[in-house]
Amino acid sequence: MGCGKVVISLKGIRKSFGPLEVLKGVDLEVCEGENVVVLGRSGSGKSVLIKIIAGLLKPDAGEVVVLGERIDLLEARALQQLRTMIGFSFQGSALYDGMTVRANLEFPLVRNKRQLSAPEVDKAIRKVLEDVGLVRSIDQMPAELSGGQKKRIGIARTLILQPRIMLYDEPTAGLDPVTSVEINELINEVQREYNTSSVIITHDLTCARTTGNRVIMLSEGCFLREGSFDDVFDTDDPRVRDFYQYNFIETSNGGK
Amino acid sequence: MRALFFRVYDIYQFTLQFWKEVFIPPYELREVLNQFFEVGIRSLSIITLTGFITGVVFTKQSRSSLAEFGATSWLPSLMAIALLRALAPLVTALIIAGKVGSNIGAEIGSMRVTEQIDAMEVSSTNPFKFLVVTRVLATTFIVPVLAIYMGGIGLFGSYLNVLRNEQTSFTSFFQEAFVRIGFMDLVMLVVKSAIYGFTIGMTGCYYGYTAQQGTVGVGRAANTAVVVSMFLIFIEEMVLVTIFNSFR
Repeated sequence: MGCGKVVISLKGIRKSFGPLEVLKGVDLEVCEGENVVVLGRSGSGKSVLIKIIAGLLKPDAGEVVVLGERIDLLEARALQQLRTMIGFSFQGSALYDGMTVRANLEFPLVRNKRQLSAPEVDKAIRKVLEDVGLVRSIDQMPAELSGGQKKRIGIARTLILQPRIMLYDEPTAGLDPVTSVEINELINEVQREYNTSSVIITHDLTCARTTGNRVIMLSEGCFLREGSFDDVFDTDDPRVRDFYQYNFIETSNGGK
Repeated sequence: MRALFFRVYDIYQFTLQFWKEVFIPPYELREVLNQFFEVGIRSLSIITLTGFITGVVFTKQSRSSLAEFGATSWLPSLMAIALLRALAPLVTALIIAGKVGSNIGAEIGSMRVTEQIDAMEVSSTNPFKFLVVTRVLATTFIVPVLAIYMGGIGLFGSYLNVLRNEQTSFTSFFQEAFVRIGFMDLVMLVVKSAIYGFTIGMTGCYYGYTAQQGTVGVGRAANTAVVVSMFLIFIEEMVLVTIFNSFR
């Protein structure tokens, strides 16, 4: 690949759940500082792919190398160490219900950077909350936040450890168009300010066009097309055309 | 049958992981204390009420039988034996299984299905240590304390019932009550309750941690945690009484 340093490398990844083969030999390389968008319909294996990169799922076959380490072979402690450099933004935000926003952000920080003093922890929390524009929510509970705010806090919680890689699972799913645009802008800001490399899993074309330096189309467990947003959709392949058209119809109908 | 075998093996692995994690730092001491509070303080009112009623009712029921033999003076020691050897640990464990076990199953189950456990994992935190080890330690240490407390409250209820029918002082009732209670009885009470507490914690955590299929799975985890832990408590009661009696 024509890039500097490769931070994520997948080779021949296969994954099945019972008789259902979800990923059928996927290869992927992500370069340092690059935002790669993986597009695909629901059930195409996108979330499985991102969970394999984060080490939450083990592939049945293939190699997963993240920041030079075979993540699929790492021992628990080494995996835990590597994960301080990987941020994961979940589709449903996955904020800890029983904790305030402050406690949600403090949770990974105090466990991974034990040398930090209380004022330093507070400063770090306020810094990431400023970056996502939600300092005023610091003492709120997750149940008091809107969907978009939850996404932002979820992203802030991953940024607090200053990761080198960000993984976004459907960052705009379930959000209104205006909030989706804000989240897309935030993803780009994170890339610029934190110099992260990202894998963004989505079925939202606006998100893909706005955030992706490179777009990959995943269908039935295989990569169909890869390139810039325009390159990917410049094809007569009915699977790609259908995805584009239905997504366009859904967007014009406001998701109805 | 095959599914049952895999389930038992899975529980065995889960328990093994607890024993591995419990001794390895870092320790989640703040969360352990938080769980001590959740399990202990928040259960005090129901344990007090149940203990008191158990003491009163059991005394009332026993009085008529003992009266037939003119042996009502045995009530204090009978109540102490019944409460400390059997009722207090068993009733406490069943109440905690219903109250705390279901809560643990539902809480951890909902964290599983909303990916909060995955979120802990990817943020380099050991969710097993934070969620499972802390809760199992809390139930293991707090259930014996609650059982002793329930025994005391039960005896107090019994004393009030005895006082209604005959003249006795608080001191003489309790002196009489503890005549037949030995050190081994107290050891048995603590050990039994600790085993029940461990069972409640492990069962709740296991079914919560392995919950699947969204909100349905959460309800199922809470329900199964209670049913299985109650079933196991009765089995353990039978085994432990047999073992302890062989030492008497």
